[in-house]
Amino acid sequence: MAEILVLAEHDGGTVKKVTLELLTLARAHGEPSVVWTGEGAEGAKARLAEFGAAKVYVADSPDYADYVVAPKAELLATLVAEKAPAAVLVAATSEGREVAGRLAVKTGSGVLTDVTGISEGLVGEQSIFGGAITVQSKVRTGTPIIAVRPNAVSPEPAPGAAAIEAVSTEISDAAKTARLTGRVVAERGERPELTEASIVVSGGRGLGSGEHFALIEQLADSLGAAVGASRAATDAGWYPHQFQVGQTGKTVSPQLYMAIGISGAIQHRAGMQTSKTIMVVNKDPEAPIFELADFGVVGDLFKVVPQLIEEIGKRSEG
Amino acid sequence: MNIVVLVKQVPDTWSERTLRPSDNTLDRDAADGVANELDEYAIEEGLRLAEAHGGEVTIVSMGPDKAAEVIRKALSMGADKAVHVSDEALRGSDGLVTSAVLAAVLARTGFDLVILGSESTDARMGTMAAMLAERLGVPQMSFASKVETDGSKITIHRQADYGYDTVEGTLPAVVSVVEKINEPRYPSFKGIMAAKKKPVETLTLADIGFDPGQAGLAASATEVVSFAKRPPRAAGTVVTDEGDGGIKAAEFLAARKFI
Ligand SMILES: Cc1cc2nc3c(=O)[nH]c(=O)nc-3n(C[C@H](O)[C@H](O)[C@H](O)COP(=O)(O)OP(=O)(O)OC[C@H]3O[C@@H](n4cnc5c(N)ncnc54)[C@H](O)[C@@H]3O)c2cc1C
Repeated sequence: MAEILVLAEHDGGTVKKVTLELLTLARAHGEPSVVWTGEGAEGAKARLAEFGAAKVYVADSPDYADYVVAPKAELLATLVAEKAPAAVLVAATSEGREVAGRLAVKTGSGVLTDVTGISEGLVGEQSIFGGAITVQSKVRTGTPIIAVRPNAVSPEPAPGAAAIEAVSTEISDAAKTARLTGRVVAERGERPELTEASIVVSGGRGLGSGEHFALIEQLADSLGAAVGASRAATDAGWYPHQFQVGQTGKTVSPQLYMAIGISGAIQHRAGMQTSKTIMVVNKDPEAPIFELADFGVVGDLFKVVPQLIEEIGKRSEG
Repeated sequence: MNIVVLVKQVPDTWSERTLRPSDNTLDRDAADGVANELDEYAIEEGLRLAEAHGGEVTIVSMGPDKAAEVIRKALSMGADKAVHVSDEALRGSDGLVTSAVLAAVLARTGFDLVILGSESTDARMGTMAAMLAERLGVPQMSFASKVETDGSKITIHRQADYGYDTVEGTLPAVVSVVEKINEPRYPSFKGIMAAKKKPVETLTLADIGFDPGQAGLAASATEVVSFAKRPPRAAGTVVTDEGDGGIKAAEFLAARKFI
């Protein structure tokens, strides 16, 4: 079976869920080989095996994290030349897309971003214009590079060998021109990452202030969810910008999306309308967000949400 | 400093956007064209850096004749001059081809800094800065929420899901910006009048020495095989809160096994 390279995303050795999703997709079209950068591969081997990785190419050097994107693209380009894989899969995160972009230039290959499914012949499904249109796209030059949207498929286990193979960690000077010198991690508590979370609770202008976002956080925590925000809320400084959902923010497609005090402007929908289930709380029955709702409550969020939190608490005790 | 800002005309997100059934490419006539929103932040950052360090801001845009409107807007904000690459052969170019054309234009204009929006509202690939940095062999300073330079060194805050990273490099460099970076100015009346006299050089692919056979839909490495309107979501249940809205919401969540 044709080899498919899957670039792993991991957090200090802990495999991110999206990597398991990529493995699940890759298995349907070939034999997945994980490309692992940095340390921690030995510890992750069992997990990668569980989800069907046949091989794990390990480039264990801190340089992959210390320089922006280019070293990873260089590594993949080398592997593409050596292994002639049928495709390269990366996560459609900010960094994953950029790796894909550089790899595309290096290998003269086409790249599909934000893919939500892959069918026969490596045809990628994408949802464009804020989810209004679904397109089927194909790479016709080079090695298909496919950036897959997190949460697009559910990871399913299927055993693989995950045979570890060390590869060269030589990185050219050209790939070391943008150096990471510091990291500031914003407070997010124990919450899952926005684009990876299976539940997202978002608040909008209806919250009325930054303090009131505590209510959204409480609801999110009662469900183990990530917190999102509309642009009205991030622009007002009520919630940090990186949590914005929509056209100019993150695109999420969780199992459950809750829009609290959000009207549902087309630019907001662009970031959430492929969510599997959508719940809405809004006091205006005419708010366009209700068009997307699987379940909606017309009412004051300051009454509905506290009651919902209480009820979730009761049920989880019972 | 020689600052080049890349600007793209995109269909307005408020209008209904669609593809042309004949060749599955963007139907530019179906929607109003506007400047890509994040590009306004790129223009603003270019203007601020030029104000602080001296130098010129050149707008570069690739697109049909209609794109001249967004170029005027950029000039009215205060940019000094513009280059418009317009060629029938470009129609349907994908990101990879576009980056090759832009790199060819940038080789011609020269640059200390290339600034662009981190993503366009139509294609939403978020790959252009990376592709350009790769082609031009300069540092990739992308997703910047803050830019600092002394004219030779450059430091940015690279926005990430977890917060931000500080990234350093040297000029020349490619910078892509996120909307947190600044508040774009509105063109003043004086700016609008002045823009009419600012030089706009219109170039074809031949002018920049780019083989038209390597551009456009036919030369693109990707193709859209088919497209369809997303089916509308099935109508859901909407209840009005009568003191039990939260309980009903919880019941729904329980029925769907979320709790
Ligand atoms: C180019 C461009 C890009 C954009 N990108 C984005 C983007 O990425 N993300 C994004 O979100 N927006 C984006 N926008 C902005 C978008 O157009 C809307 O302005 C924004 O989404 C509105 O946010 P909102 O729904 O929170 O606020 P509003 O539209 O003001 O809605 C607030 C809602 O809260 C309800 N409400 C008020 N009080 C209560 C209460 N006590 N209880 C219950 N409900 C209440 C109201 O009925 C109303 O429906 C973009 C706009 C443009 C032009």
